[in-house]
Amino acid sequence: MQIRELITDILVIGGGTAGPIAAIMAKAKMPTNRVVLLDKANARRSGAITEGMDSVNNAVIPGHATPEQYVREITIANDGIVNQRTIHAYATRSFDMIQKLDSWGVKFEKDETGDFAVKKVHHMGAYVLPMPEGYNVKKAIYKQIRRIGVEVGNRLTATRLLVAPDRRIAGAIALDSRAGDLLVVRAKAVVLSTGAAGRLGLPASGYLFGTYENPTNAGDGYSMAYHAGAELSGLECFQINPLIKDYNGPACAYVTGPYGGYTVNAKGERFIKSDYWSGQMMLEFWRELESGNGPVFLKLNHLADSTVRRIENILHITERPSRGRFHEGRHANYRSDLVEMHISEIGLCGGHSASGVWVDEHARTTVPGLYAAGDLCNVAHNYMLGAMVFGKIAGEDAVDYAEGVSLPAYHEDQVEFERERVFAPLTRERGLRPADVEYKLRRNVNDYLQPPKVTRKMEIGLERFAEIRSDLQSIKAANPHELMRTIEVHAILDCAELAARASLYRTESRWGLYHYRPDFPERNDRDWFTFVEVRKGDDGKPEIFRRAVPPYLFPIDEAERSAYDNLRIAPSTAVRIGANA
Amino acid sequence: MNGLDQPNVIVDHDKCIAGKGCRACIDACPLDIIAFDEEDGKIKQVHDECWYCLPCENDCPTGAIRVEIPYPVR
Repeated sequence: MQIRELITDILVIGGGTAGPIAAIMAKAKMPTNRVVLLDKANARRSGAITEGMDSVNNAVIPGHATPEQYVREITIANDGIVNQRTIHAYATRSFDMIQKLDSWGVKFEKDETGDFAVKKVHHMGAYVLPMPEGYNVKKAIYKQIRRIGVEVGNRLTATRLLVAPDRRIAGAIALDSRAGDLLVVRAKAVVLSTGAAGRLGLPASGYLFGTYENPTNAGDGYSMAYHAGAELSGLECFQINPLIKDYNGPACAYVTGPYGGYTVNAKGERFIKSDYWSGQMMLEFWRELESGNGPVFLKLNHLADSTVRRIENILHITERPSRGRFHEGRHANYRSDLVEMHISEIGLCGGHSASGVWVDEHARTTVPGLYAAGDLCNVAHNYMLGAMVFGKIAGEDAVDYAEGVSLPAYHEDQVEFERERVFAPLTRERGLRPADVEYKLRRNVNDYLQPPKVTRKMEIGLERFAEIRSDLQSIKAANPHELMRTIEVHAILDCAELAARASLYRTESRWGLYHYRPDFPERNDRDWFTFVEVRKGDDGKPEIFRRAVPPYLFPIDEAERSAYDNLRIAPSTAVRIGANA
Repeated sequence: MNGLDQPNVIVDHDKCIAGKGCRACIDACPLDIIAFDEEDGKIKQVHDECWYCLPCENDCPTGAIRVEIPYPVR
C-alpha cells in the first residue's frame, strides 16, 4: 500500500452527470486552473446515465413553460418545502443547458418545425422532452472532458473529505480500488457529485445490486459531506419509485405516458390522474397495491403496433436497455401483456425527491469551498438536466472561490485515521464478508424504515444499526475491490442512521408515501413548514434541527397548494394522508 | 483469478480480442466486475455485482459479450 499526493485547484468527485459538467465549466472559465475529476468507476461510462437517458423530465423551454411556472409546480409537488431560489436557479438555466447539449451532439426529440417536442406528464405544466436517441449522452460529454483538458482519475473511490483547521475544505482522500493505494488530493475547492444513496433499501428481489439507482451510487457523498461538517437536508423525504417488478427499472411513465400508456389496477381501471413521480402519486400507488386492487400494471396493449414499436425503440435502447430482454425472458410483450409494476426500495436522492446535501442557489454547501450538485444535493426534483445545471453553477462558482484562497493546510491525523479505517479489513485473518453485512443492514432498512414509518419500528431500526456499526470492525476484505465495498457499507450505514433520525424528528406526515407516519397521519404546516437538517455535532453525534423555508419568490395560492393531494381518480374511502391539518 | 461459476456476463472467447490488448468491457463496467486473467489470457466476470446495464456489451468492438438478466431478477 502506497500513499500518493496530488495537488489541484479544483477537485470534482463523481464522474456521472453533474461532475463532468462541473469540471468542464470550471476548466472553461479558468483554463489555467488544474481541474481533477475522480470517479470510482470510469468517467466514460459511470453514473446514473451510463446508458443514457430516455427523456428530460424537467425541460423549461420558452414557448412551453416559464421558470415561474416550473418553480410553482415543483413547490407544490414537494409540499412547499423547497428553497425556491435553487429551483429558480435551475429553471432559468434549463434551456441554455439543453442548447449546450444539443450543440455537443446530444439528441432531443424535435417536431417537424425543428422545435423541441415537449410533452405534458406533470400534473400541471409541460416539461417532458423525450430523448429517443438519448443513449449517447455520456459519450458527448466525455468528448468535452477530453477536449478541454480535465484530468480524469478512474477507479478512485473518495472515502473522506479533508478539512482544514479553520473548517474549510482542503481536499479528499481516495482509495484506488484496483492497486489498493491511497490517494490524498489537496484542493482549494471541491465539488461533490457522487449521486444518490441508491443502495439503502434492499430491492424486493433480494439481489443487492438490483437497485433502481446505479448501485455504484451507494451514498458515499452523503457520508463524506456529513463527516466534513456539512448540513444535510430532507433525509426524511425518501425516494421511492414505481418500477417494473423484479427488473426494478423505470417503465417509464415519462416515455409511455405521452404515447398513451398509463397505470391500471388489477381490474384494468386507472386510479391516478398523473403518472408524474411524486410522493402523493406513490402513496396512491402503494394504497392500490395494499388494498386488494393490486397488482398494479403499466398498460400499453391498447396501443397501435407502430406506437408500441416507437416506445420499444426508446425503452429497449436507452437508459435501461436490458428491459427488452427481461420481458423476453418472461415471454411478455407490450402488445398483448400488461407489465407488472411494484414500488422500489427506499433511497435518498435530491434529484427525484429532495433528500440531499444542503446547497444554496450557488451550489454552495455550508462548508466553505465545498459544493454539491446532482442527485446528491437537495434541489428538489432536479433530475438529469438539473444535475447538469447545478454542476455548471458549482464548477463556475468554485473557480471564483478558489481564486481568493490559498491551498489549505490539513491535519496529517486525518490521513492516518483514514488509512487505518480503509485498510484494516485487509489485515484481518478472519471476519465477516462485506456482502453479508451489507445484506443484513439493508434488510433492516426495509424492515424498519420502509414507509409507513412507524415510530417504534424506527427506534428498533436504530438499535440494529448501532449493532451493525460495531460489526464494521469485524469485516474482512480479501482485496482492494472488497475494501471499496466495505467502505460503501460504512456510507450506507451512515445514510440509514441519519434517515431514521430525520424521519423520527419530523412528527407529521408529508410528501405522500415518502414520509407517511401513521402515528402522525396529518400534514401539519403550523409546526412543520420547515426543512429538517442533520449535521455532525462537535461531540461526533448527529444534531437534528429545523431550517426555515426561505421566503418564496413566487407565492403559492391556497387553491393551488393542494393540487398534488388530489391525484386519485375515484373517491377513496382511505384516509387522506399528507393533507392539511 | 476465479471467474464466477455461473456468470451472467457471458464472454465469447472466440470473438474476444483481449489478447490483442482490448479492455473496453472492463473499462465500461461501473461496478468493476469484469477482469482480465493474466494466466489464461481470458476476460471473466469475477464479482456477482451486475446491474445488467449493458455498457460492457455495447462497447465491445467485436460483439463478444452478452449480458443475461441475473438469476434473482430474471
